[in-house]
Amino acid sequence: MTDWYRTATERVLALVLLALLPACTAPATPTTDRPQLGVAADPDLLGRQLLNVFPDGRGLPPGRGTVADGARLFAQHCAGCHGRDGRGGSADELTGATRPLTSVDADKTIGSYWPYATTLFDFIRRTKPMNAPGTLEADEVYALCAWLLHANGIVQADAVIDAHTLPAIRMPNRDGFIRIE
Amino acid sequence: MKRSRDESLEQFPVAAGSGLPERRRFLRRGLILAGATSAADTLAQNPGDLPWLHVPGQPFSTYGQPSPYERYTARRISSNRAVAGNGVSFTPLEELEGTVTPNGLHFERHHNGVPQIDPERHRLTVHGRVRQPLSFDMKSLLRYPMRSQMLFIECGGNSNAGWHAEPIQRPVGSVHGLVSCAEWTGVPLSILLDEAGVDDSASWVIAEGADAGAMNMSIPLAKMRDDCMVALYQNGERLRPENGYPMRLIVPGWEGVLHVKWLQRLELADQPVMSRNETSKYTELQPSGKARQFTFTMDCKSLITSPSHGQALSRSGVHQVSGLAWSGHGRIARVEVSVDGGMTWADAVLQSPAQPRCFTRFRMPWRWDGRPALLKSRATDEAGHVQPERVALLAERGRAGYFHYNAIVAWAVDDDGLVSHSY
Repeated sequence: MTDWYRTATERVLALVLLALLPACTAPATPTTDRPQLGVAADPDLLGRQLLNVFPDGRGLPPGRGTVADGARLFAQHCAGCHGRDGRGGSADELTGATRPLTSVDADKTIGSYWPYATTLFDFIRRTKPMNAPGTLEADEVYALCAWLLHANGIVQADAVIDAHTLPAIRMPNRDGFIRIE
Repeated sequence: MKRSRDESLEQFPVAAGSGLPERRRFLRRGLILAGATSAADTLAQNPGDLPWLHVPGQPFSTYGQPSPYERYTARRISSNRAVAGNGVSFTPLEELEGTVTPNGLHFERHHNGVPQIDPERHRLTVHGRVRQPLSFDMKSLLRYPMRSQMLFIECGGNSNAGWHAEPIQRPVGSVHGLVSCAEWTGVPLSILLDEAGVDDSASWVIAEGADAGAMNMSIPLAKMRDDCMVALYQNGERLRPENGYPMRLIVPGWEGVLHVKWLQRLELADQPVMSRNETSKYTELQPSGKARQFTFTMDCKSLITSPSHGQALSRSGVHQVSGLAWSGHGRIARVEVSVDGGMTWADAVLQSPAQPRCFTRFRMPWRWDGRPALLKSRATDEAGHVQPERVALLAERGRAGYFHYNAIVAWAVDDDGLVSHSY
């Protein structure tokens, strides 16, 4: 084994083999054994399906809504569970917090607890009404946001909520959270 | 294993010494099994003549079901009166042994019902801050490399009655049963993320389900890359609809709400979306009025499942204490049991192997002397986290947190052997 490259020809052959060695034995890249079966998502279709709305307003669609329209829509779609004024129903209390966040039985309403107004749009558009989620038009969702914000004393009765005004709202409990992650 | 048990007995004078009596069921079943009457009648008339010895049995079945005599081993449902698909169902921990939760008994938390998804029409789309948004169908995902892992899933709101001023009197599963443990098999998420090509600016992933409400939650990208998977199988069979069929996210050791069921989209982002469920819910109000947010890891916890609330010790003598321990931080290293309310403790035997972020069964023989006793278990995980006493947890967090209750659970045994919940 020690003198296997003893002739010139064999030495050349050995060098060629050594040069080829890395190509033959290089470890497979981490992806070559993966199926790679993902299909490019159609941007138009994907764009119509996306529902995430971020605190800076990314994800909000065109449209606008008023407090008055929101009041009508709330009575129609929401009051059955949440109560006529957004409280006193079978579902979560949305308005009218009286017990402070420092109490054991604190009222965690939109006005007293929610840190971002954009969460309203994200949540209402995807989940409401519960018997037909995802059926409200963008204008209707904006209007419901407007009424809920007004009912919590955060915007005036003549407020118009849209993709610019909603993320600009600073919620009362914006700094009420300690991030643990 | 045997030696550690013997050692524990030496440290624990209240427990039984050597020479345990023959194994038998000491605990009376709380429920009379209806339907058992004809066989029972026959037995009463002629104990040696069992009807099933003389009549051909049932034919084969395409999918086996539990014995009709076990019909009360069932999930306990607590749902919204106005919206039936909104609520929870609890795993009956007191009826189960070992560490695997049968698929039909895995706990549920649904926000608006269980969708019946046609897998042919379901897609998982990875998008946002990626080189190329990609969609995967079921047939494709089934060809990817997979991994199997035994893991618990615990709802962040499990055991929340523990925050109440008075101990709730319900079976252990109906209070603490928003936790289950199964073998999950699926595709490591890092493979799918790599294929889409994650942008350097991404640090969060927003997962979204395909239920009626498209539930969404934000999860740090580092965790997703580290050990998360898209699960397709649960205890060897395809996921049950109520556990996310055809695919769900598995986020080992982290709160249940992040294990998004019916997973349809993963958006790579530079920040959390601040969804309703990660802001107004699943955040824990502290006495200061500030709330802890993104409290992802489920802490070290244990409880005794037998004997437990509603059961009765029929007579003094040796009983088998059995329970479950788990921790989102890793493996369970130790479980101690006390029968005197925490004045003295002894090590229970841990069923091996203790796997990380997985139920670990512990057991301990106990000689009951017929007098009142207060049973507790206390878990320690491999990272050194020790399950706190309730007073310590409340001193730190107050009583308004609602989520992430992991305090020691105490069962009081009275002199008639009746077991009730105690603080």
